[in-house]
Amino acid sequence: MKMKRIYVNEKWCLGCHLCEYNCAFAGSEETDMVKALKDVHINPRIRIEEEGNIHFAVSCRHCEEPLCVRGCIMGALSVEDGVIMIDQDKCVGCCTCILMCPYGAIMPSDTGVMQKCELCLRTAGGTPACVEGCPNRAIVFEER
Amino acid sequence: MKYVLIGNSAAAVGCIEGIRQQDKNGEIVVVADEPYHTYSRPAISYLLCGRTTEERMKYRPSDFYKKMDCTVMLGKKATKIEPQKKWLFLEDGTIIEYDKLLVATGSRPFIPEIGGLAEVRKRHTFMSLDDAKALDAALKADSRVLIMGAGLIGLKCAEGIAHKAGRIDVVDLAPGILPSILEAEAARAVQEHIESQGIHFHLSDGVQEFRDNTALLSSGKEIGFDILVVAVGVRPNVELVQKAGVEVRKGIVTNERCETSLPDIYAAGDCTESYDITTGESRPLALLPNAYMQGECAGINMAGGIKAYNKAIPMNAIGFFGLHMITAGSYNGERFIRKSGRDYKMLVSENGVLKGFVMIGNVARAGIYTALIRDKTPLETIDYGLISEKPQLMAFSRKERDKKLGGAAG
Amino acid sequence: MGINYLYPDYEVVRNSGRCIACRVCERQCANEVHAFDEEMNVMRSDDAKCVNCHRCVSLCPTRALKIVKTDHTFKENANWTGETIKELYRQAGTGGVLLSSMGNPQPYPVYWDRLLINASQVTNPSIDPLREPMETRTYLGKKPERILRDQNGEIAYNLPPQLTLNVPIMFSAMSYGSISYNAHESLARAARELGTFYNTGEGGLHEDFYEYSANTIVQVASGRFGVHKDYLNAGAAIEIKMGQGAKPGIGGHLPGQKIVDDVSRTRMIPEGSDAISPAPHHDIYSIEDLRQLVYSLKEATDYKKPIIVKIAAVHNVAAIASGVARSGADIIAIDGFRGGTGAAPTRIRDNVGIPIELALASVDARLRDEGIRNHVSIVVGGSIRSSADVVKAIALGADAVYIATGALLALGCHLCRSCQAGKCNWGIATQEPELVKRLNPDVGSERLQNLVHAWEHEIKEMMGGMGINSIEALKGNRLMLRGIGLNEKELSILGVKYAGE
Repeated sequence: MKMKRIYVNEKWCLGCHLCEYNCAFAGSEETDMVKALKDVHINPRIRIEEEGNIHFAVSCRHCEEPLCVRGCIMGALSVEDGVIMIDQDKCVGCCTCILMCPYGAIMPSDTGVMQKCELCLRTAGGTPACVEGCPNRAIVFEER
Repeated sequence: MKYVLIGNSAAAVGCIEGIRQQDKNGEIVVVADEPYHTYSRPAISYLLCGRTTEERMKYRPSDFYKKMDCTVMLGKKATKIEPQKKWLFLEDGTIIEYDKLLVATGSRPFIPEIGGLAEVRKRHTFMSLDDAKALDAALKADSRVLIMGAGLIGLKCAEGIAHKAGRIDVVDLAPGILPSILEAEAARAVQEHIESQGIHFHLSDGVQEFRDNTALLSSGKEIGFDILVVAVGVRPNVELVQKAGVEVRKGIVTNERCETSLPDIYAAGDCTESYDITTGESRPLALLPNAYMQGECAGINMAGGIKAYNKAIPMNAIGFFGLHMITAGSYNGERFIRKSGRDYKMLVSENGVLKGFVMIGNVARAGIYTALIRDKTPLETIDYGLISEKPQLMAFSRKERDKKLGGAAG
Repeated sequence: MGINYLYPDYEVVRNSGRCIACRVCERQCANEVHAFDEEMNVMRSDDAKCVNCHRCVSLCPTRALKIVKTDHTFKENANWTGETIKELYRQAGTGGVLLSSMGNPQPYPVYWDRLLINASQVTNPSIDPLREPMETRTYLGKKPERILRDQNGEIAYNLPPQLTLNVPIMFSAMSYGSISYNAHESLARAARELGTFYNTGEGGLHEDFYEYSANTIVQVASGRFGVHKDYLNAGAAIEIKMGQGAKPGIGGHLPGQKIVDDVSRTRMIPEGSDAISPAPHHDIYSIEDLRQLVYSLKEATDYKKPIIVKIAAVHNVAAIASGVARSGADIIAIDGFRGGTGAAPTRIRDNVGIPIELALASVDARLRDEGIRNHVSIVVGGSIRSSADVVKAIALGADAVYIATGALLALGCHLCRSCQAGKCNWGIATQEPELVKRLNPDVGSERLQNLVHAWEHEIKEMMGGMGINSIEALKGNRLMLRGIGLNEKELSILGVKYAGE
């Protein structure tokens, strides 16, 4: 499905980890980042991989044929207009989606049920927070 | 086009969604002997321990059949297929004509032949919602529960009822728990964790005989119980199609497009055999993701599309009392084992590709390993040292990373 | 280690109430100012390493950081200022020449700020640039003495090669080596989009940037680094660099550690060797010698490209410019004493040369007096900071301006003046790959375009206010300027009346 997705260009990713903090903030439902993240061990839906001089952020690819959705034992994952959403009320935290996702882009939330990037549809709205806050336009939100 | 589906679980739902990708108008009839809206079978243990409810464990939303424009006949048992006439007979005498038929009859608990077993009054199995409800109703705070079978079902059952039973004993012939997914060392660690929750194991031991509410084990031990749960394995429900002349081995035989040996009859899910790419053997892989994907594949093909399902691997994500584990593939080959605290990891490679893995405790990003198995990625093309440390996309070449992260996988 | 006579210039002030210990500051500081104390779960900083580049401040997601000038003082006085004392201590410690970067920071008069622009009232209507056409296009190059006609009376084409600028603003010379690949790409892409030019500086032209050649000015300087036939022909114009405003009279020195990979290949010198540009061109000791080089370059490029001669604004600039105008050059670029540099001896930068405003006025006047103003276009640089500076420069007689410090600021430079260290946290004045990648040319070129577009709008606004609808009509139109706070001599050199006159 043609839709905007989050893409990272490792050529420009600095490994500053701001995307992770912006993600965690967006997910916190707080209006002040300090209040949301001070003395908190963040658990973002986007994660930086780094090795030497290479850095890149990984978040849900919103696959056209998502294995996580197909594998979910609870029917908690679904595709809405191309965006893979998770119903955390339904999720029991069985980790089957972790087993299925080839990108390692789905992970347990602090409550034990799974969490994943939902393009900030529930939180920030519009442009995903990681994209908005990337200082080097390494993460972009576009149709490819 | 009229599609008729026997079954109402993951494979059938996959089939409905597969059909609707191709055909928005064809008539879909779902026939199932259970009276419930499609629900998640594996969720029954979570239902018992209170992590989900009957409402939340619906496998698809309540308006699913309506949205998918399906006619649903629940609580109806299919009794016979007439493949020449393309008729399906139901127990109540109804005859349904079909153009394409999906058989997704699932599997049922295997009940071993043990003396006195038939006379055990509070005897349960643990596969369906009704099973769960019956077990729940039978349980009392001081109930002594004996579970036969330390496999996935038996132990999920143990976890589900642990907080509401007086004592739980688990007996299994195998020397270790979860014999289908874990080897001795890993099994021992998980066993210790489960034991720390008050579950008692009797391994390398089997019930010789039941005498009322006492099980006599081969070792000579005697275990008294109030409730018995039999979870020693499952058998595919193949009789319906077998009678119609469909080829059956350990399960219903299907090809890559989920077609059976008879025209216009498809099969998917626990009732079928799957070709395990990690061993090259065909056998029933009673796994929900497998069932869904087979069903979807069948649906697409039934509706005139072309789809092959040829990437089946045995795989499990399961957790007991907060300890998660993910396993996949086969364990024959060169091993890489890493232990750290409660975390355990084993990677198995053979002929330059990953064949299987076990992760216990820290299961983060395990799917990256699964993908290596599924895609048969030559390990020489990645940094195996790096990826062995932890699953990561960094281990792939820059070009491959670009491909993975630049475009969403199709 | 002996006594440390120096106290850090800046202090990192961290609001611990706002700091979430995300460690972005730590990861982003190439000077290793910030560090995370795992044990105490707090961030710490070492003020002594801070150059006040604001990378951390700009990226801190909770605005927990600020950098303040230390209020620690020497017992200074008007003569022995703290800065003077500090520099003396430094030299007493090292025995070395002090090095600095970017332009002259000393409190000399900024004449742009003492010139005021006119506006129309009543008798000559002002023009609304949003409603009426306003021409900012400019052509740089030698203009013919008169129009020639053939026997049929048609105009004969006798126009020497020209540069066409959509806006009278170009990016001045900064070499690949002194600035990064990504900075160059940003400039090149912006120049192409804007319809103007950027300048290679003395570092040669990276092979990847030949595609921008229609918007490239290639420089030939005393070191002749990276000069070859294809290079000369790649440029839309060739600039002979005789001098630089930040360091008139001396050459350049790019340390060997910056001569890496592509830089060495582009400069055509071995990796790791210092790139030393001599103070003079060793083949130019007279205007006649200069003329030889000008014509050598014209010959090499088939007389198709204008030749620019860049000189620093020094005491005899008018006479020098007159000579240059007679050398065959098509364009004279004059660089004022506030012009930037990647590295210059502090004493030279702070004490040598003259302000561009005075140099421009006297050169323009001199060339007019001598009747050779049409022989050359004049481009001025050396701290053009805003569109108002551009308008004033053109009214004083410039054909166009060069900006470099302004362009770097657009790219993120915070004027920390530490280019010479090669650890630019903004990815501009560095060759370290980890730092270079911080400047994404998509962002960089966009910001440069934004800047020039904004200035263009403002230039049109100011011209419209004066009732002027083209750059040509503003050029040398000193009646549009008035001086404020200037003495008679300054007014006479600038050729402007006093406000109220």
